[in-house]
Amino acid sequence: MIIRGNEPDQIRLIKRLYKPGNYFMQGNEAVAYGALFAGCRFYAGYPITPSSEIAETMARELPKLGGYYLQMEDEIGSIAAMVGASWTGFKVMTATAGPGFSLMQENLGYAVMTETPLVLVDVQRSGPSTGQATKGAQGDFFQARWGTHGDHPIVAVSPTSGQDAFWETIRAFNIAEKLRTPVVVLFDGVLAHTREQIKIPDVSEVEITYRKLPENEEEAKLPFGDPHGDGVPPMPLFGHGYFTHVTGSTHKENGLRDVYTPEVHDRLVRRIHRKIEKNREVYEKYEEHFTDDAEILVVSWGVTARPALGAVLRAREEGIKAGLFVPKTVHPFPGERMRELAKKSRAILVAEMNLGQMIIEVERYVNDDVLLKGVNKIGGVPLTVEEILREIRGVA
Amino acid sequence: MAKKIYSTYPMVKYLRKEALPTALCPGCGGGTVLNAFANAIDGLKIDPKDLVVVSGIGCSAWIASPYFLADTLHTTHGRAIAFATGVKVGLPDKKVVVISGDGDLASIGGNHLLHAARRNIDITVILVNNFIYGMTGGQVAPTTPFGAKTTTSPYRNIEHPLQISETVAAAGASYVARWTTAHVYQLIESIKKALQVKGFSLVEVISQCPVQYGRRNRMKEPAEMLRWFLKNSVPVSRARNMSPEELEGKFVIGEIVNRERPEFTTELNKLIDEVQEHFGLKEE
Repeated sequence: MIIRGNEPDQIRLIKRLYKPGNYFMQGNEAVAYGALFAGCRFYAGYPITPSSEIAETMARELPKLGGYYLQMEDEIGSIAAMVGASWTGFKVMTATAGPGFSLMQENLGYAVMTETPLVLVDVQRSGPSTGQATKGAQGDFFQARWGTHGDHPIVAVSPTSGQDAFWETIRAFNIAEKLRTPVVVLFDGVLAHTREQIKIPDVSEVEITYRKLPENEEEAKLPFGDPHGDGVPPMPLFGHGYFTHVTGSTHKENGLRDVYTPEVHDRLVRRIHRKIEKNREVYEKYEEHFTDDAEILVVSWGVTARPALGAVLRAREEGIKAGLFVPKTVHPFPGERMRELAKKSRAILVAEMNLGQMIIEVERYVNDDVLLKGVNKIGGVPLTVEEILREIRGVA
Repeated sequence: MAKKIYSTYPMVKYLRKEALPTALCPGCGGGTVLNAFANAIDGLKIDPKDLVVVSGIGCSAWIASPYFLADTLHTTHGRAIAFATGVKVGLPDKKVVVISGDGDLASIGGNHLLHAARRNIDITVILVNNFIYGMTGGQVAPTTPFGAKTTTSPYRNIEHPLQISETVAAAGASYVARWTTAHVYQLIESIKKALQVKGFSLVEVISQCPVQYGRRNRMKEPAEMLRWFLKNSVPVSRARNMSPEELEGKFVIGEIVNRERPEFTTELNKLIDEVQEHFGLKEE
């Protein structure tokens, strides 16, 4: 069995096609190149603004690498095809935005339940509904977390620049493969369409991981077992004669459906949670600036983390002890670190392009004696350094 | 009793014994479809290792998944063909078969059905049409005959049924055939043909649901439903000379379409070859 894209030939092709160096490109293109470097060789998608350049880049580049681009009839079909392809041994990705992400939720839940590695890029746009289709936003924080039904864990990462998008996409693939789980990349319309200098590394500088495959027949017969005790079952791929049964219904370790025994459901769903909880080191990531002595802590994510850093730097120039905390993996939230930082802070400002979403998560880790305030803006225009700085001054 | 069947039924080698007995009601046509499919696989000597069976949600989705001993993917409602599309692209040399019901594939999944036919991807779909949503309790379906009674059309159905085979043929499938569970041998032959066709193939099987459909439409016994099928079946050759009025309430059976068209995964791989050739990326 082999994960497609893992052939030695692929490294040669990547080296040949993408010379290391600085390029001027869109955030969306950076996501696509990140996926190609990570070994993604199957993309199924449906066009939607502001994510379409990801599909366009994949459609252009994938065939060169022997990979497959499929334009499906809708978003539901796109994620469905990805799941099918993942079980044949592909690293798979799709990209979408607002309404498309909503449509994908049911099958995202299917991927969680069947432990199918895939990467879903949500280029967040303004909403609800069609909203401002061409504008950026950060309103899908909780859709990523709770969009599908039932008790489920989810891993979501969020890049803060085009350059970051390249690396975070690779990291999303690595998390998906290591934990055999879908990973959401919460990107946004602003960075997606911003052109900036992006450094493409040599492929040998990129850490690429692959899912665990069964070591023997016995392991292959338990596609949803836990032979290694880390909660992550080896994945017996289709087409290798294992007669694997995969279902979104509650299933036993051997894959067969059992929706009547409470213990079977309990065991399965708790293990799926446990594999995410216990493997925090695989995905936990955050960035900190001036947090050592910060009295005023700005918490921000995604696109807003950039003006937030600008505001913190300016505040420091003015002698205000401000710091910045940026969760890069936003789900599961880096709660422990947040709690530590909150203890040291007098005031916490949560800056985001929505009416207050991550702030709800932050609040869980903040004591009552800390002033907690959201810095929010909607309308499709990102927060500026000035706007965030004004709020910092306000609580200084 | 069950043990005896397992030891004497020759197709048992194709079944996942630990999943038996099936969840199908007594008298259900699903067993006939499973039997026909197993016979077709046996007849063509297809190794189940070279087979991936995908299904959606509902009674008919259970026919081959989990019961058929192959790689089986039991998916979300309506999406089986889209899942199968990903599987086929990943495993173009394997037989990818979708077995599911009319509600699943032609109603909620209608879009995927049409576009898979248009793409002409080499997937075989066995669509079991029992005119009703069986598993959810017998609600009206897009295939329910005009005037029939169901739990959500308790007075009568005022919508016209979708002609699935004709629609899929029009969408561009390579092979389309329709039979009923009263035409088992023809059905087996059609499934065999569908499996051998390089392109999208659909075998629609009109099947009895005495419990949810028959009971409410004066056909409580499975045999009554089979007699209904036989009495109202019209071969496709004869149907061509009949008016729409004459065909009202009839089941047109036989091969609707059998033609060659470029197949999707072949074209996709051809395209990749061309692109790699063009950019000089082929292994020297």
